[in-house]
Amino acid sequence: MSDITIIGAGVAGLWAAYALSQRGITPRLIDRAGAPAAHGCSWWAGGMLAPFCEGALSEPAVVAYGQQAAAAWAGVTHVQHKGSLVVTLARDRAELQRFAQRTTGHRRITGEALAKLEPDLAQPAREALFFETEAHLTPRLALAGLQAALAERGIMIEQAEVTPDDIEGTVLDCRGFAAAPALSGLRGVRGEMVMLRTSEITLSRPVRLLHPRHPLYIVPRGDGVFMLGATQIESEQRGPVTARALLELLSAAYALHPAFAEAQVIETGADLRPAFADHVPRVVQQGRVLHLNGLFRHGYLMAPALARQAVDFLETGRKGDLFHAD
Amino acid sequence: MRDFYGVALDSPLMLGTAQYPSPAVMEAAFRASGASVATVSLRRETGGGQAFWQMIKGLGVHVLPNTAGCYSAREAVTTARMAREVFGTNWIKLEVIGHADTLQPDPFGTLEAAEILAAEGFEVFPYMTEDQVLAQRLVDAGCRVLMPWGSPIGSGLGLNNRYGLRTLRAAFPDIPMVVDAGIGLPSHAAAALEMGFDAVLLNTAVAQASDPVAMAEGFGLAVRAGALACAAGPMAPRDMAVPSTPVIGKAWL
Repeated sequence: MSDITIIGAGVAGLWAAYALSQRGITPRLIDRAGAPAAHGCSWWAGGMLAPFCEGALSEPAVVAYGQQAAAAWAGVTHVQHKGSLVVTLARDRAELQRFAQRTTGHRRITGEALAKLEPDLAQPAREALFFETEAHLTPRLALAGLQAALAERGIMIEQAEVTPDDIEGTVLDCRGFAAAPALSGLRGVRGEMVMLRTSEITLSRPVRLLHPRHPLYIVPRGDGVFMLGATQIESEQRGPVTARALLELLSAAYALHPAFAEAQVIETGADLRPAFADHVPRVVQQGRVLHLNGLFRHGYLMAPALARQAVDFLETGRKGDLFHAD
Repeated sequence: MRDFYGVALDSPLMLGTAQYPSPAVMEAAFRASGASVATVSLRRETGGGQAFWQMIKGLGVHVLPNTAGCYSAREAVTTARMAREVFGTNWIKLEVIGHADTLQPDPFGTLEAAEILAAEGFEVFPYMTEDQVLAQRLVDAGCRVLMPWGSPIGSGLGLNNRYGLRTLRAAFPDIPMVVDAGIGLPSHAAAALEMGFDAVLLNTAVAQASDPVAMAEGFGLAVRAGALACAAGPMAPRDMAVPSTPVIGKAWL
């Protein structure tokens, strides 16, 4: 296991480098724009480590591996173990019932119990689902944490625009949607987010609003900053957030708490999530190149497991269940 | 069997392509249901959904693009023209929404757009209420398929006005009709076929089921049952019980 090069320093590439470094290997790590920033979709993530909530619409592998994510991240960044909360507006109560049927790891809370968790969301008749064991992190801090951990072990991110063809030896291609020409079945799914700042609302944990048309999640980042996400559109068009997306995200947030209307919009973002048809990430071997890709909306949830399987393969030749034929 | 602008369908089931957990689940649902038509919305994917569109073409069924989310005839016409380019079909499910909350179709906008599109050679499948007068106007405008709603889009309430649907069916015996929207259960779909409708179109009921693939199979069986029942000539309901075995010799008076 020598001469390993990782291309792409988003959440997948950083985790691959970290997993290798934990086994005493020092890979090269190359990214077209250098350190993690707005050029990669990891930058725009929510950072929810919510395997049970994701289970409502995801394959079992996401739920299973996702449960290991919080522990994996604890070594490199601050992980908040506050659980997550799922709520609806009054007229959509049936949605909560459906969500409860489709997920595990939750309990139903109302009234005082809800007020104790999130006073700003408590309403007399409101019910919520509390996923107590879920967690969240701040993506940009988490990426910086990984970068720092790698730097300690002498792994620095080199800035260069390369493809696996330019590199000799073993390559872990972690370029996300940029690798689409090399990977059949990989598509981009557009996502859009908004960051708000307000001192009028306090939340301690991610909150998901189930809505028949405009589902929304809000992740508190601390200091009155909230990340609102995320649209999911079958489009590979990049470009700034659309007015429609803003309207939908902000209207849903406003419906959840009117004080969001007074918040400052401090940032918006849009990017393409790389996804395979089943929305489960894959390791795909093409000769000396291993692709780690298709993390879809589960980058922070699934990158540790994906990286581990890739590194296990390099070490032992065994292919885990996230391996997929090309 | 009435055909759809010259196309005879293998199955009277049309399935939408939105809201599935993943494209893989969508594909499996199509296979399990035997659906013969996939509807696809172009509205939100403007200019960049090639990968997803390829997946839909890859389902191997007829593609019926729709103008979902359009609130005016003009928007709908623009979307229809784009759809024709992307999918290379003259078929268009015309949807002009009149009310944001109930998603009721706007009959006036629908008629206006239908006239324009028919003149441009489109084969229009207009989404409409069960109004018989509107139906006549749409037929006059050149529509050779009608798509009355069962109930509001995504509501799953089933066939809300059976009397109206039955009247409409009887009034246009030569026009193929699809009950579109509001179908929540296979029994709703079967009922529509039993009443003589030529197909049903649904999306949410399958896509948002806990097990979309199993639900899709259920719908496939239901439309087959409904179509068989319709063709077999259903008995008429009676007020008086009629024994199915002879009662002579028993004290039955």
